[in-house]
Amino acid sequence: MVTTVLREQDVLVDQKIPQSTQLQKLQNKTLISYIFIGKPKNTSLYGTEPRVQANDVLISSPEIVQWVNQERDKLPEQDRTSITISMKVDKEVKMGPISDVQTELRNADARKVLYASTKKTEID
Amino acid sequence: MSNEINAGSMADIAFLLLIFFLVTTTIASDKGILNVLPPKQDPNVPPPDIKKNERNIFNVLINANNDLLVEGEYRRKAEGLDKDFKEFIMNFGAPDEDAVALFNSFPASLQGQALRRPDSSDHPGEAVISIKTNRGTSYAVFLEVFDLAKKAYFDVYSERVGLTSDEYRALTGDDEASKALQDKGKEGIPMAISIAEPDKTGGN
Repeated sequence: MVTTVLREQDVLVDQKIPQSTQLQKLQNKTLISYIFIGKPKNTSLYGTEPRVQANDVLISSPEIVQWVNQERDKLPEQDRTSITISMKVDKEVKMGPISDVQTELRNADARKVLYASTKKTEID
Repeated sequence: MSNEINAGSMADIAFLLLIFFLVTTTIASDKGILNVLPPKQDPNVPPPDIKKNERNIFNVLINANNDLLVEGEYRRKAEGLDKDFKEFIMNFGAPDEDAVALFNSFPASLQGQALRRPDSSDHPGEAVISIKTNRGTSYAVFLEVFDLAKKAYFDVYSERVGLTSDEYRALTGDDEASKALQDKGKEGIPMAISIAEPDKTGGN
C-alpha cells in the first residue's frame, strides 16, 4: 500500500485559529511563510508557555530574524521585499509573545503580516 | 461469446480514485486579516514628534482582563465598536478644502452619515484609530477589535464604490478594472489603525 506524506511540517503547537469577518485572501501563495504560535502539544518536553514554531522546530524570538532571511532567500530576487508572514496563532495566546514576534519581524524588515483566521458565521 | 469489454471493475477503480483524492486534498486556508507593521525604529533618530489633536484619535484600550476602555468609557464587549469607528472616521467635524471635495464626491448615503460633531475627528485623512493592549490581553480579543476597525474602513470603501464589503475585499487589484475600483474606494481615506506596543501588565 502506498502512503503519502502531504503535510510539509508537523505542527507542534496547539492551533485553534480565532474567527473574524474581514478576511482577505492572498494572491500569491509562494510569498507566504508560516509561523505558528501556541501552547506546545508535548507539554512534558516543551512546557506550557506559548512557543513559536517556524518550519519544523520551535524557535526562540531572537532566531526569527535568521529564519525570515532564510525564507526570503528561497524567493526569486524581485519578490524578496514582498514576503508575507502568515501568523497562525492559537486563541489562547496572549499579546505578549505576539508583540515579541512582531518586533523581530520588524527587525527583519518583513512587515507584511497576515493574521490567519477563519470566517465567522454571522448569527442574526 | 459476447463482444463487450468487461467494465465491471472500472467502478471499483473510480471509487478508489475518489477515495484517494478525498483523503489527499488539503483545503488551503490562506485567509486572514492583513496588517503591515511599522518600519523598524532607527535608534539614532529620535521618534518623530507628531502633534495630533486628541479629537482625531479614537482610543481603544484592552487590559489584561480583556475589558475595553473606548474613548474613556468602560465596555465589557467589543460588539458594536464598528459603528463607533465608522462614525468617528466619517465625522467631518472640521474638514479642510480637500476634505470638503472628498465629502462632495461621496454618494448621498455616505454623506448622510457625517455627524459633524466638534469633539470627533476633523476628516478621514486625519482620523486615527489607536488600539493599545497589555501583554496579558488575549489575542482573540485583540483580533476581534482589529477586525471591527478593518470592518469600519471596508464598509466605507465598499459603500463608496457601491459594492458589498465582501465583494470589495475580494478585489485583487490584478486587472485594471478592479484596481480602479479599489483605489476609488480608498482614495483620501487612509486606513489608519495604529497598534501601540503592549505594556507590561499581566504578561511575562
